[in-house]
Amino acid sequence: MPEFKRPHALADVTTHYCPGCTHGIVHRLVAEVIDEMGIEGETIGVCPVGCSVMAYDYFECDMLEAAHGRAPAVATGVKRANPDKFVFTYQGDGDLAAIGTAEIVHAATRGENITVIFINNTTYGMTGGQMAPTTLPGQVTQTTPYGRDTSNEGFPVKVCEMLSQLDGVALAERVTVIDPANVRKAKAAIRKGFEFQKNKQGFSIIEVLSTCPTNWGKTPVEALERVKTEMIPYYPLGVYKEGAVR
Amino acid sequence: MKGKVRTMAKMKVDFDRCKGCGLCTTSCPKKIVELQTEKLNKKGYYTAVCIDDDACIGCALCAVMCPDCAITIGGDN
Amino acid sequence: MAEKSLMKGNEALAEAAIRAGCKCFFGYPITPQTEISAYLSKRMPKVGGVFLQAESEVAAINMVYGCAGSGIRCMTSSSSPGISLKTEGISYIAGADLPCVIINVQRGGPGLGGIQPSQADYWQVTHALGHGDFHALVFAPASVQEMVDTVTKAFDLADEYRMPAVILADGLLGQMMEPVAFEDVEIKMSDASGKPWAASGHGGKRKHTIINSLYLKPDELENTVRERFARYEDVKAKHTEAVCDYCDDAETVVIAYGSTARLAKSAVEAARKEGIKAGIVRPVTLWPFPVNEINEACKNAKNVLVVEMSMGQMVEDVKLALNCSKPVEFYGRTGGIIPKPAEILAKIKEMGGKN
Repeated sequence: MPEFKRPHALADVTTHYCPGCTHGIVHRLVAEVIDEMGIEGETIGVCPVGCSVMAYDYFECDMLEAAHGRAPAVATGVKRANPDKFVFTYQGDGDLAAIGTAEIVHAATRGENITVIFINNTTYGMTGGQMAPTTLPGQVTQTTPYGRDTSNEGFPVKVCEMLSQLDGVALAERVTVIDPANVRKAKAAIRKGFEFQKNKQGFSIIEVLSTCPTNWGKTPVEALERVKTEMIPYYPLGVYKEGAVR
Repeated sequence: MKGKVRTMAKMKVDFDRCKGCGLCTTSCPKKIVELQTEKLNKKGYYTAVCIDDDACIGCALCAVMCPDCAITIGGDN
Repeated sequence: MAEKSLMKGNEALAEAAIRAGCKCFFGYPITPQTEISAYLSKRMPKVGGVFLQAESEVAAINMVYGCAGSGIRCMTSSSSPGISLKTEGISYIAGADLPCVIINVQRGGPGLGGIQPSQADYWQVTHALGHGDFHALVFAPASVQEMVDTVTKAFDLADEYRMPAVILADGLLGQMMEPVAFEDVEIKMSDASGKPWAASGHGGKRKHTIINSLYLKPDELENTVRERFARYEDVKAKHTEAVCDYCDDAETVVIAYGSTARLAKSAVEAARKEGIKAGIVRPVTLWPFPVNEINEACKNAKNVLVVEMSMGQMVEDVKLALNCSKPVEFYGRTGGIIPKPAEILAKIKEMGGKN
């Protein structure tokens, strides 16, 4: 009989996420990979500041809560002290691509053997929907009330494209979770990231195009549609870099 | 299972875990998952339901899309 | 105790850290502390430790947070402007009750300031090493040997009380060479044993641990902070240190810490030779501040002189400690200028007998 149940590494609690927020799907995928690899006891996660700030309550592995943007540095500290353990960060776009840009770039270029789960939902969800580094041109947010004007706010940061230029990166892949087929691909990418880490083959980042129905002012189902029609054309899915760096 | 009639596992929604987001309704190949409008759960959401248990093939595509692990297929749940 | 060798303060301190079981060092270059990084980059790979040059002081202190959070002894070092950058991480370290050692080889400020010795970070290290209600242990050694001896104590107390410990040196101590001896110890890199709170992988043997400083419920946060401050009271009771010389009959008590205390002691000894009843108190711990020791040393004093390489920062804590019971004067040089014993002596003479 086929079964589908909560993975052990995902804590049996109700999350604080809004209805339809895809954080929950991505959490489950990370937990499923941890279960399938049998590494919960050897895994240490690092949470960001942002909507997933309380992810430390949602995973059953040991967890650390980092300062805003610093998760890759915190993960580096954990990993260097414990090179045989699995270390992942779970970060949003404000955390990773704005305040934490230096930390992510340098963890990547060092080829730090960690796996980064990067949630791109084009907004600062936790603080109520301000412009993120990934906010699309023209997108209305609380701090771009007339739409993101590239002559004033500049352009979105394309994280996978940028990091794929660095020699320390073993995997840079952009996925989404808007339908079951894409969820499967996202999980496969996360698994790949952990496998690179297992083999000490370099830094891996999996960027997940995600939704924020609340701050987008859309229903959860409409939000999935926006990922397809607006985000994917700007942030094409796919593998940007793959291969062991050492 | 050999020699036995294979029973189809069915979707089951954890009534109070469900946040009524409706993502599960987008992925059901049989179009039998809907949000009910009869009863609010303790969080105040109208939850997902399977409107035709007999038609459910237990494919888990609804569960795959659930951000809250509120849907299980088979097992003890 | 092994033979003495001549070492620079920064290098001696680095060697002492290895001997204290510091497994990981995360740093970023800044004058006048860079020899610590350079030394550890050579030594750490030879003893099974980790040396990593971070992309910034901000990253370095957060690497310390992660490493300490996994239960491993670790250290970072910097100088004044770099410590300002680290204060974010130090606050998180204190908020998550993590032990670590932070070195500040002070230089002149504010801003880029200069690269010569200074003690202008006293306020920062004792009163504002980051946002929020917390303290760090602060040690102020006055010689290269004392820097060495302080490192193990700093790691041990940081572990015992689960709090950051700062060794506050200055460019003079970091750069000068003095004879130094190390205790013969087997070099053993730390592990997470004895730290059940560490996030080092639960191995299926326990519930998961969480290293965190976020408490959204006000009563939880207040209770956590109060519990921390109760620990601080224990530190104050057991680990406050000061060295007092010539204080029993002293009419003028000089109070100075770190390298300035050595200069001040020369001035006090010169004063004694001239028949002036001067004494000196050297706070060894700046937090906890030696309030009782200062009051005891000053009980017969007519006046008190605080000497610092700053515009006068510790002087405020001395006044608070004495609670206005004695007149307190200040002499200081700043900007990287080291006060000469003759200048301090002149000030002692000027104060002679006044009350």
